Amino acid sequence: MVQLRDLKRLGPYEWEIPTSVRSDMRVPVRLFASGKLLDAIGGDASLEQAVNAATLPGVVGEVLVMPDVHQGYGFPIGGVAATEYPKGVISPGAIGYDINCGVRLLASRVEFDEVRGEMDDLASALDAACPSGVGKGGRLRLDEHELERACREGGEWARKEGFGTESDVARTEEGGYLGGADFSKVSHRARERGRPQMGTLGAGNHFIEVEVVDEVFDDEAARVMGLAEGCLTVMIHCGSRGFGHQICTDYVKKFQKAVQRYGIQLPDRELVCAPLDSPEGQAYEGAMRAAANYAFANRQVLAHLAREAFAKTLRGRSANVHLHQVYDIAHNMGKTEEHEIDGKRRRVCVHRKGATRAFGPGFEDLPPEYRSIGQPVLVPGSMGTASWVLVGTEKSMSRSLGSCCHGAGRTMSRRKAKRSINGGELRRELEGQGIRVRAGSMPGLAEEAPAAYKDVDAVVDAVVGAGIARKVARLRPVAVVKG
Amino acid sequence: MKSSEQGHREVEHTADWGLEVWAPDLAALMEEAARGMFELMGIEVSEESRCHRQLEIGADDREQLLVSFLEELLFIADSEEIAFDGFLLNVQDMSLLARLEGGFIVSRTKEIKAVTYHYLEIEETKRKLKTRIIFDV
Repeated sequence: MVQLRDLKRLGPYEWEIPTSVRSDMRVPVRLFASGKLLDAIGGDASLEQAVNAATLPGVVGEVLVMPDVHQGYGFPIGGVAATEYPKGVISPGAIGYDINCGVRLLASRVEFDEVRGEMDDLASALDAACPSGVGKGGRLRLDEHELERACREGGEWARKEGFGTESDVARTEEGGYLGGADFSKVSHRARERGRPQMGTLGAGNHFIEVEVVDEVFDDEAARVMGLAEGCLTVMIHCGSRGFGHQICTDYVKKFQKAVQRYGIQLPDRELVCAPLDSPEGQAYEGAMRAAANYAFANRQVLAHLAREAFAKTLRGRSANVHLHQVYDIAHNMGKTEEHEIDGKRRRVCVHRKGATRAFGPGFEDLPPEYRSIGQPVLVPGSMGTASWVLVGTEKSMSRSLGSCCHGAGRTMSRRKAKRSINGGELRRELEGQGIRVRAGSMPGLAEEAPAAYKDVDAVVDAVVGAGIARKVARLRPVAVVKG
Repeated sequence: MKSSEQGHREVEHTADWGLEVWAPDLAALMEEAARGMFELMGIEVSEESRCHRQLEIGADDREQLLVSFLEELLFIADSEEIAFDGFLLNVQDMSLLARLEGGFIVSRTKEIKAVTYHYLEIEETKRKLKTRIIFDV
């Protein structure tokens, strides 16, 4: 069992688990955290899972662990691992079932103070406009051809169908789609699950939140992103729905045989993998990219629905009720990227599970207006607490494979949250703080209570302290829609 | 829970759901796991318009057979809105024949995205089989 005493301090916000801790580790583990966050991190199996990830064949550099890390299955939530092309592996469990689960932020020039009295109506309008809840389908029913197009074109498909603008797509990670999506590698079951769920939020920790820009820390970056203090924003958190879940399920099953075929030994069957250049690895990569594009399209459709509800509710109460897109980022994805690792430029598959890309300034991949400030990093807090907008830095490229944290990170089990927190009371408490809540399930709301999460401000201070991100703005919630 | 010989209970997991299941044999263990999974999802099925389904599933080992069975139930729940409360299971040589009785889902409070293999192992003691399943939620 890996323990906190196995950590070697590299700096005030950086720690290492050296390869000497376990004989099967191929690379060290590097953790970004403050001393204060370590107790929460050491309280579950996160570090053990990070060490397990360090055994993946072809892993290079270090396995990186973000301060919002918590125990997942196979790979920790908040983990990043790069495997080298072509012989390194790709592991579905290191990307997650909700492929391209991610966050989108829309911002407006509507001042909260001028529409304060409309928040109940706005919460209800968003709830009504954006289908949410367990297993729920939406208003769209894609046929096979439309589904294939969505999987190939991602956000661009949604835009062509009338759900968004060119600027939305441009301000999405990878321009809203990953090349190389292979629909032929997607099972009929996944297609069946995906067809009715486009444009739906789902349940669990997925949400739509209305937030006010509470404080700006970087005037220039905030100006470029269109974030103004006191103005409303809308944040959307969801992924690829049953489509992505089924693709991951299919390939975790297929890879149980692949690891035997390629003689891969693993400490946990959930980490099953296949070489990137193998037929199995290629098939999963193609299907995973299709799911990633489905998720980009899904958030694009939801953004459009939210934008319409926002404008309809607030029209006439503010001069400009348009919501423009700040950015959209994935936090469960496998991406082909080039990084300087161990002094050498390497082409790698970066597995990010519960971690976001956080490219620093100067990258061609970023929209032109963001190239000088760095890529926006969106860090949702828990309900009732702040969310953050950060940007990637030069140091994030050299220390964290251009990656950063993805949220506050759970610290309390769902079981404990359910037993100790009453959903109805929590809702009243949040309403008392001026946060309107629309939730599909009260037990589900209780599981997502702020007390079940780490302090998001402490998480952000850790990544900023480590130099892998810079603060732009803090947002505070005024309305929450949960599935 | 049925008795000390067969049952299930939710176990702690930071982000997802864990279920501990025990039973005297593999077929009973799979039935108990299915009941536990539906319980975690807060599923209630209709007593009217009952339906029957037969599943045949093969696997390379017991753990894979268990995961495949639960995945099948999740897929049916998600795609057809049907869940089961009657189970007649027979396991032979890593093959499962399941005769199921159930109905349309009238209420479901939670979503399970997937059944994982995370540290999944079916342990055998003198009197029973025991395992712990982690579900992605």
